[in-house]
Amino acid sequence: MRSLHDPVLKVENLTMRFGGLVAVNDLSFSAGRGDITALIGPNGAGKTTVFNCITGFYKPTVGRIALRHGNLDFAQHIEALTDSDHGAYRGADGSLFLLERMPDFQISAKAHVARTFQNIRLFSGMTVLENLMVAQHNPLMTASNWTLGGLFGLAGFRRAENGAIEKAKYWLEKTKLIDRADDPAGDLPYGDQRRLEIARAMCTDPVLLCLDEPAAGLNPKESLELNTLLMSIREDHGTSLLLIEHDMSVVMQISDHVVVLDYGTKIADGTPEQVKSDPKVVAAYLGVPDDEVEAVEAEVGV
Amino acid sequence: MTSVTSSMAQAQPKIDFSRLFTDAILATLVALGLFGLLIGVKTDQSLNNQMILVLRPGLLALILAAVFVGRLTIGYIIAVRDARPPEAKKAKAAKSNTALWVEKYGLPVFVGFLFAYPLMVLYTAGPQGAIKWIDNFGIQILIYIMLGWGLNIVVGLAGLLDLGYVAFYAVGAYSYALLATSEPVKLFMAAHMGSTFWPLWAFWICLPIAGILAAFWGVILGFPVLRLRGDYLAIVTLAFGEIIRLVLINWVEFSNGYAGISSIPRPSFFGVPFNASDTGFAARFGLEFTPIYRTIFLFYLILILALITAFVSARLRRLPVGRAWEALREDEIACRSLGINTVNTKLTAFAIGAMFGGFAGAFFAARQGFISPESFVFLESAQILAIVVLGGMGSLMGVVIASILLVGGVELLRELDALKVIFGPNFDPAQYRMLIFGLCMVLMMLWKPRGLISVREPSVFLKEKKSVSSDHVKEGHG
Repeated sequence: MRSLHDPVLKVENLTMRFGGLVAVNDLSFSAGRGDITALIGPNGAGKTTVFNCITGFYKPTVGRIALRHGNLDFAQHIEALTDSDHGAYRGADGSLFLLERMPDFQISAKAHVARTFQNIRLFSGMTVLENLMVAQHNPLMTASNWTLGGLFGLAGFRRAENGAIEKAKYWLEKTKLIDRADDPAGDLPYGDQRRLEIARAMCTDPVLLCLDEPAAGLNPKESLELNTLLMSIREDHGTSLLLIEHDMSVVMQISDHVVVLDYGTKIADGTPEQVKSDPKVVAAYLGVPDDEVEAVEAEVGV
Repeated sequence: MTSVTSSMAQAQPKIDFSRLFTDAILATLVALGLFGLLIGVKTDQSLNNQMILVLRPGLLALILAAVFVGRLTIGYIIAVRDARPPEAKKAKAAKSNTALWVEKYGLPVFVGFLFAYPLMVLYTAGPQGAIKWIDNFGIQILIYIMLGWGLNIVVGLAGLLDLGYVAFYAVGAYSYALLATSEPVKLFMAAHMGSTFWPLWAFWICLPIAGILAAFWGVILGFPVLRLRGDYLAIVTLAFGEIIRLVLINWVEFSNGYAGISSIPRPSFFGVPFNASDTGFAARFGLEFTPIYRTIFLFYLILILALITAFVSARLRRLPVGRAWEALREDEIACRSLGINTVNTKLTAFAIGAMFGGFAGAFFAARQGFISPESFVFLESAQILAIVVLGGMGSLMGVVIASILLVGGVELLRELDALKVIFGPNFDPAQYRMLIFGLCMVLMMLWKPRGLISVREPSVFLKEKKSVSSDHVKEGHG
């Protein structure tokens, strides 16, 4: 599996406690480069907490979250980086980031991890195009010489801005939102808002895109379109995907690797086929102990 | 009979008049309870120096009638609006691009008018009468327009509710006043640049310094309030404004306390003073000396300062930093997930907003020639904030309209001497300004809760610039 020999993200011994509650308990998994990795589990299993730890919105109580760019040798550098005070190592053949040491905005700006939210968080009073321009804030900020060049309308900034608009157009066409580019984001129907959030995340040039329930609230046709979009993001842009999803039609069709959480602990890890037939997973989803699974299955006729 | 009414109901919005009347009668009863003793009865002194009660049924009836009619009218307007079919509402929303039109063409027309204003007044009112119109109306309103545009960056764009904006105005004013009147600086400049240099050039040298110092204090305020939102942010900024004022009052050695700072040098015409001497402005340009030249010069000075504020804030909105401010107002967490450093973004909003407040403060000190902490009370902050909120948060033209209404309106009240004919010689319309101010606010709440210009203009567009309705735009809460 790619997650073992070519990982982009490696989560080790991640534990997150809120007071007495252990939301995530000693979780370790890897996400392969170019893979679609799905994180599934019943409600309250701690999936979104894991996402918040990876994207820096929570600081994990214990654990290491390493992200790799390029072909850098993971094993060779990670211990040295962990022992140092730094959050990032940049070598000739790639970079290594320890996400738990970085503030949230730098995880997006430097480590290029982008995310979407379970309850959509768009800039609803700004237009669709503006949403995508905000996503390109950091490159545009550099191009505007931290506002000074932009204030005087230097050519370099105008070029960069036109480039940013082109990129936004590309993603709007890809997500079929181009006709609504000048409408306020809050005016879009729900399914379009979901796609816009993905387009916005992609405008930050992510290496790893984390999607929190991208198919929630979508109808079957929209779900199918989402599958196509996610596959194309992976194929055409080499972005690795990590997604939380309850819609099994999405999970089983597109993911290469599935990690199952229950009560904050990993109960299964493997290909969709392996996971599907794992009795522990079935038990967790049915909400019964392992030894009663067969009886319950017979009862409901699975 | 029933068929007639039902067809009427289809043709035209149905309004429940009996409910309107009940409402109005209830409001009148409440007013009777409130005003029955307050207005209906007055204590007075009799000829024998005894206290007697004077009944005023006529006045009470007049007020109750006004409440009744007012409630009926408001109720009717709201009922008509609510009864309108939804398609009509939609059509109106689509037409709201007129607000964009105001924003696009209103400003150039207004600026053209402003440049011609002093000359027009001079022509119509003569040099003696013109001072009042240029100073009390022109300069006064322009100072508030500039302050409103500065605060608009913090409140309207970044969505950070700042109740202590007057602190930066004070920092700017005191920076200029203290530097310009400081003995060591005077002596140093006299030794190196000649004795006439500092009084003439102090304003032009101190203006940027005042802006920088105010921006610095903006950052100082910004740091502790970074984590605060909403009400908490408002309270801390309010306290900050008061702290600055109290320090100015109590640190007498530094700021001369309540007594304030006087004989602050006036701005020169780039080195040429406005006085009656042979080297003065009038003599230099072969004109007869009158104080009006200084007033006209101050008018154009604040006009240009205000236009710089408008230009910079309009420009910043189209730059990444301005978009980040607006994104911050919409959703801070989403901003962080997109790699925006929200700390820097908030601090730049505070600093740039404060900087324009500082420029305006330096101008204020130079125009008055005297400043004291009395000029920087909380009411000033409240008035500037009212201008921004009334104008429509984020809108440049809205601030202009609101300043003219609030500041110009109060000044205009002083001019209504004609009313003395009706209400007697003791009637002073300016005393009613708070009443009128409150009434305007209530009407605004009913009619345009999101300000006069309540649509947002997109900073970039692909095919067509469409205004964003205030239904989608968030107010921001710190």
